Amino acid sequence: MFDSIQDISLYIVLAPLIGAIIAGLFGGVIGRAGAHTVTIIGVAIAFALSLLVFKYIVFDGMEPQNFSVYTWLISEGIRFEIGFLIDELTAMMMVVVTFVSLMVHIYTVGYMSHDEENWPSGSLAAPNSYQRFFSYISLFTFSMLMLVMANNFLQLFFGWEAVGLVSYLLIGFWSSRESAVFANLKAFLVNRVGDFGFLLGIGAVLMYFNTLDYASVFNAVELHKDMTISIWPGSEWNIITVIGILLFIGAMGKSAQVPLHVWLPDSMEGPTPISALIHAATMVTAGIFMVARMSPIYELSEVALSFVLIIGAITALFMGLLGLVQHDIKRVVAYSTLSQLGYMTVALGASAYAAGVFHLMTHAFFKALLFLAAGSVIIALHHKQDMREMGGLRKYMPITWITSLIGSLALIGAPGFSGFFSKDSIIEAVGHSTIPGAGFAYFAVLAGVFITALYSFRMYFLVFHGKERMDAHTRSHLHESPAVVTVPLILLAIPSVIIGWIYVDSMVFGDFFANAITVLPEHDVLSQVGFTTAFGMILHSLVTAPFWLALAGVGVAWYLYMLRTDLPAKIVQLPVIRTLYALLQRNYGFDAFNNLVFGRGSRGLGTGLWKAGDVTIIDGLLVNGSARLVGLISSLLRHVQSGYLYHYAFAMIIGLLALFGLFVVA
Amino acid sequence: MPRNVSDDWGQGMIALSDYLTVAAILFGLSMAGMFINRKNIIILLMCIELMLLAVNINFIAFSHFLGDVAGQIFVFFILTVAAAEAAIGLAILVVLFRNRGSINVADMDTLKG
Amino acid sequence: MSFEQIVFYFFAAVLILAAGAVITVRSAVHAALFLVLAFFTTAALWLLLEAEFLAITLVLVYVGAVMVLFLFVVMMLDINAAPMREGFARYLPVAALVAVLTVVVMVMAVGREHFGLDQFAAPERMSADVSNTRMLGEQLYTVYLYPFEIAAVILLVAIVAAIALTLRRRPGTRYQSVEKQVRVRSEDRLKVIKMNAEERK
Repeated sequence: MFDSIQDISLYIVLAPLIGAIIAGLFGGVIGRAGAHTVTIIGVAIAFALSLLVFKYIVFDGMEPQNFSVYTWLISEGIRFEIGFLIDELTAMMMVVVTFVSLMVHIYTVGYMSHDEENWPSGSLAAPNSYQRFFSYISLFTFSMLMLVMANNFLQLFFGWEAVGLVSYLLIGFWSSRESAVFANLKAFLVNRVGDFGFLLGIGAVLMYFNTLDYASVFNAVELHKDMTISIWPGSEWNIITVIGILLFIGAMGKSAQVPLHVWLPDSMEGPTPISALIHAATMVTAGIFMVARMSPIYELSEVALSFVLIIGAITALFMGLLGLVQHDIKRVVAYSTLSQLGYMTVALGASAYAAGVFHLMTHAFFKALLFLAAGSVIIALHHKQDMREMGGLRKYMPITWITSLIGSLALIGAPGFSGFFSKDSIIEAVGHSTIPGAGFAYFAVLAGVFITALYSFRMYFLVFHGKERMDAHTRSHLHESPAVVTVPLILLAIPSVIIGWIYVDSMVFGDFFANAITVLPEHDVLSQVGFTTAFGMILHSLVTAPFWLALAGVGVAWYLYMLRTDLPAKIVQLPVIRTLYALLQRNYGFDAFNNLVFGRGSRGLGTGLWKAGDVTIIDGLLVNGSARLVGLISSLLRHVQSGYLYHYAFAMIIGLLALFGLFVVA
Repeated sequence: MPRNVSDDWGQGMIALSDYLTVAAILFGLSMAGMFINRKNIIILLMCIELMLLAVNINFIAFSHFLGDVAGQIFVFFILTVAAAEAAIGLAILVVLFRNRGSINVADMDTLKG
Repeated sequence: MSFEQIVFYFFAAVLILAAGAVITVRSAVHAALFLVLAFFTTAALWLLLEAEFLAITLVLVYVGAVMVLFLFVVMMLDINAAPMREGFARYLPVAALVAVLTVVVMVMAVGREHFGLDQFAAPERMSADVSNTRMLGEQLYTVYLYPFEIAAVILLVAIVAAIALTLRRRPGTRYQSVEKQVRVRSEDRLKVIKMNAEERK
């Protein structure tokens, strides 16, 4: 069965697809248990085989595999294929994706078990919503695997759009809720912007490299590094820069970087397992993965790298700030996801691709853990998400509490937890980077550490400690979530703690990604960081700013939300803070700006085109106008047909006269 | 040597064109009559008779100047048809008057579009 | 100016004046009478053209029959001519313009340049014993026999049509049913019944 890695790759992508098809098309027949069984089995097969592939590639030292499975079409020498590129990066992503997906599948069994309560009675979408949900997440797993395993841009784009599609479907899963439909539409529209850039980038690649295959493009990229393109007359742009920035615009949409981040907080309208799987662990990191995969391109353009760095730094700092003012538990985690995605992007910009991808992996575990823990809390509180109505949950939900604590510690980068290794590597790498914008980025990521700690422990304290602020009825029903929920939490907590210890040496500072990621010597900041062991890194961190900043963040959170719970309300009343708070409450005005400029603008444009184009020109001038013109001419001509014989006689006479005159004069 | 047109006057002879001119004037007058008497159908019928007369003058003038009696034969037939036409036209007129109480052409606009 | 010319111009002038009067006078009776005058003068012109038979026929048929018919109809119908004169003055300029244009165009076509004596010399006068009627008759009953018969049929149809159009039955008019009168029998009129004698009072 496992005769070749080619076959195994196919099984990996097809197993979730088959599960999705069975659960989606025959969900009514096989029932709930059938649906979750078949999809979990599909994803479990994928996970097991991914582990096998990981073993082959990483431990057995197998060469990176690059092969084509199916040639869709060949047009003018350009091959459009489905093919797989399996190297260390892919193998790692496959394991992460399938593992988190498997955890989420199991968790979903518990989370969605009472889904029928979420639908209004009589809703046509309510029957089989459970099976549909499983079908979607399995389909997502398939799409994400297609994305990470792609060996060409076409398949990358296919996976890119397919994960997007499932994401929109799942954000709007509860389609009877207006807010869900709105969030769904928002995600779709914002991602259109990013995907447009992405598509243009792929188009540019095709135009200049005349191939869509990664390897061919990466081999040829040296030859193209000095070519320029004139985007508008009089401006010469390096095409590598143009391609890099265009592709990164796609990543900005998918990975929710400023200013295309606005869809991600709203995507929390979707069910929590989805928030964990798609909007924290995997799909939103597709942009990070893509940039890391395109490292041979990005390495050749400092402008593109600098762009990436600055966008990432802005996202990391300012989105973290937003997490401070949220009351919805899922939104806090969502903004923390935005901020962490910013960290990864910063790492990419600083050419520390390995650190970025490493953070991607650790983040996938601990952020999925945090989301699932938040989901567990939400279940316990009967779908209440406001942290002001929580508190003191520690004693009711011990497993959720301890796993959340682990997740939060990993998130803030407490030494020894997985997040610490990845985040500290990024911070150190940025500190050594010399490309333009690195100074600002370094400041942003450092400040981000404090803010991350503050909002993470604000959430932690508000939820699990302090006064019990929920109503009596809810409190009487409080109990720990069932095993299908807690087991994934535990299973995710384990890598959140240990994965950093195991892989930081090889992945970040070693040559784990040597085959997958290209870093030019002059950009190689990670080698300058100079750690060799995980333990050395911990020791070193005790004397550096990030550790103390994180500690300060936790301390402030403890002081404000445990000791002096009256203080936050007072601080908000301070004059300067009040303005800042209002700004944060409004999400820096991005939503308002988008509504005002793009929403109103496009509606205004649409209205203008409708009124001027449709109503006036097409309807008015062409359709009704031609009818009216005919009517007008007819109404004039009908006077000719007066019914009076003498009029006809006169017409004859005048015609005769004219004809006669013509002959005579001629 | 081409003769001067005014010489014909002194020759004491009537040219074909003189007859044709008279007929043309007659025709034009009847046409004008149709314009100005457009509401009185009896006058219209009379104008038609005048037009036919103008045509007949042409026929006979040509017949005379060309020495071909066929022109007169045509006039003969035209007179026949014109008489029939006048009879039927007047009969229609009488019926019209009986049915409508008016022979005003302005009242006859059933063909109006 | 020769006598012939004097005759021609006189009658031509009268013809045109009469035609002008036909279309302008107020009364339809007067118009008909002027039309009669126009026919007479035309007949005179035709005589000049040695079409004696047709000249006589014109007077007989038109003046004698058609114009009498016109007068008969005009007088029979109770016509109020006033509304039918509406627009007379309004259309006069247009009519005059059209008429003048027509005449000018036609005179340009038939003027002396094209149909003068040079192109069409006046034929020799026929001798007195040549019969125009005979000439016509010879043609009409030989070469034009069929058209002649058809003309006769047309006249017949015209007569039938005119009668059929004007013939009507007024409801409520009493008239004799001849066939019923012919068919009547004594039994229809007289019924003999038996009855007992009544007692004298």
